[in-house]
Amino acid sequence: MKDIEKQLPLILIDNVDFTYPNGTKALRNINLKIDNKELIGIMGKNGAGKTTLIRTLNGLIRPTNGAIYLYGENIASKSIATLSKKVGVIFQNPLHQLFSNSVKDEIEFSLKSFEFTKEEIQNKTNEILKEFNLEKYRNRSPLNLSGGEAKKLALASIICRDPDIIVFDEPTLGQDGREIEFLINLIKNKRKKGKTIIIVTHNIEFANEHIPRTILMADGLILADGPTEKVLGNQILVEKASLILPQTHQLNLALKKSGIQCPNDLFSKDKLINFIRDFIKNKTSEIVEGND
Amino acid sequence: MTLIEYKNFYYRYKGNEEYALNNINLKIEDNKFILLCGETGSGKTTLIRCMNGLIPQFYSGFYRGSVEVAGKDTTITAIADLSTEVGIVFQNPENQLVAMNVEHEIAFGLENLGIESGEISKKIKEVTKITEIEHLLNKAPFELSGGEQQRVAIASILVLEPKIIVLDEPTALLDPYMAKKIIELLKEIQIEKQITILISEHRLDLILPYADELILMKDGNLIEHDNSNKIINGINFQTLRLNKPVIYSIFNQLKEEKLFNQYIPASISKVINYLKGL
Repeated sequence: MKDIEKQLPLILIDNVDFTYPNGTKALRNINLKIDNKELIGIMGKNGAGKTTLIRTLNGLIRPTNGAIYLYGENIASKSIATLSKKVGVIFQNPLHQLFSNSVKDEIEFSLKSFEFTKEEIQNKTNEILKEFNLEKYRNRSPLNLSGGEAKKLALASIICRDPDIIVFDEPTLGQDGREIEFLINLIKNKRKKGKTIIIVTHNIEFANEHIPRTILMADGLILADGPTEKVLGNQILVEKASLILPQTHQLNLALKKSGIQCPNDLFSKDKLINFIRDFIKNKTSEIVEGND
Repeated sequence: MTLIEYKNFYYRYKGNEEYALNNINLKIEDNKFILLCGETGSGKTTLIRCMNGLIPQFYSGFYRGSVEVAGKDTTITAIADLSTEVGIVFQNPENQLVAMNVEHEIAFGLENLGIESGEISKKIKEVTKITEIEHLLNKAPFELSGGEQQRVAIASILVLEPKIIVLDEPTALLDPYMAKKIIELLKEIQIEKQITILISEHRLDLILPYADELILMKDGNLIEHDNSNKIINGINFQTLRLNKPVIYSIFNQLKEEKLFNQYIPASISKVINYLKGL
C-alpha cells in the first residue's frame, strides 16, 4: 500500500466489492485509479453497477470489501458530509435532490451546510443563478420547473459548493442539443479550473466526442478501461455492455466493408469529415481530368 | 386516410400563462412512420396528450379549436373509446403496467372490450411473437428489465389493433442496444401491420433512418411537417438545437463548403451508396 500512497492518485479504488443486503453483488473486485483533472466516462447496461460505483465515492455506499482512497486517504472513516465537500454527485433524477421552496433557497440551502458567511452565500447564490440562467426563476418552486431546468438547478446546487470532483449520473438523459451544449461548456470550464469529472452515461455519441477515457462495466465488473475511441470500438465488449458502436465507428466499418480504401481509425467526426472531403475532391477531380 | 386532425388548436395548462400549443394544424395519415421532434419544452408531450383525449379531459386547462381522431371529437368522446383508435406508450412503462403477470397485462384491454377468451389467447400469441416476449408470459411486470417492460407495454397496446401507436420517448430509460432493438421492432410492426407509428425521440441517430415523415415543434408551434428527407435538408432542422446524428453534421458541413449538393443521407447505407456512386 505504501507504493500506492506515494503515487497519490486523486481517487484509488482498491479491490472493492459491494453486496446489497438481499445478496445482489453490485460491485465485484473493482480496481480503478483516477488522476487529478481527468475526465472519465463510466458506461454499461442498466444494472451493471455504475450508479453503485459512484455512490461509493461520497460515502453513500460503503464497500463490503476493499477500500477507497481520496488524496491517498482511506475514506472509510469519513462522513458523507465531509466527503461531499470534495465530491459533488449530481443524480439522474433532479426531483430526488430538490426539496426547497424556491430556486434561490435550494442554492442557499446547499451552501449553508458548508462554512460560508452570509455574505458569501448571497454572492455565490447570485453568481450561480446567473451562470446557469436561472435568475428569472429565482422565486419559483423547483417543482414548477421544466425537466431540463430542474436538471440545471440540481446541477447548480452542487456546482455552487465548488467540489474538486464532480460526478454526473446520466447528465444528457432527456436533454436536447441546446442543453447538452451547455453541459459541454460547463465541463470545459470546470476542467480549466482543474476539476476532475466523472460521467455515468448511456450516450455513446456524447462519450465518443467529448470523453477521453471510458470504463465499461457489466455485472458489477469492469470489462474495459482505456481511451474512449478504443473501448467503444471493440464490438464484442460493446455488445456485452449492451451498447452499440458510435456512428463514427459504424461508418468507418461500413466504408471498409464497401471496399472504399480508408484508414482504420476514423473514430471522430473531424477525421471523417476530412476523409470524406478528400474522397469527394479526388473523385470530382478525376471527372474533370476525364473530361479533358 | 387521415387518422388524426388538429384544426386551429390552442392549449394552455391551468395555472400557466403561456400557451403550450399555439394554433396547431396537423393531419396524421395512415401507414406512416413519423418522428416528432423539437427542443425540450417545445410541446411534444402536450401534442401527444391531445391524441387520445387526455387533453382536455384529464388535464385541466383551456383550449380552442379541435382535435379529431378517426372523425371523433376528442373533447367529448370517452378516452376509452379513443384508445381503440390510438394507443399511447409513455416513457416509463412501469407507470403503465398494472397486472400480476404479463399475460394478464396484455389481456387486460381486450377483456375490457368484452372479447371472448379463445380470441384473446389467439391475439396474445400473435403480439407476443412479434414483440419477442413469448417466454415472459408468466412473469410479473416488475421482474422484467426496462427493455422487456417496454416490449410488454407495446404488446398490450398492439393487441388492441389501433390504427395508430404513439410513443413518447420510449427509449429514454433504455440502454443503447435495447433502444436500437425497440426502434427496429417498431419499424417492423409498422410495415407488417401497415399502421401509423408516431414517436417522440431524442436519439435521432437511431430513428432517422426509418422515419417517413418528421414533425418539428418549437415553443408550442408546429413549424414544419413533411417527408423526412425534405425536412432534414431544410433550414428549420438545421437551426433547431437537436441531438443531430454524426452523419448529419458531416454532410451538413460539406454542404456548407459546397462540396455536397444532394439530400443529406439519413443512414449509413445511404452514405456508402452516395460515395460508391461518385
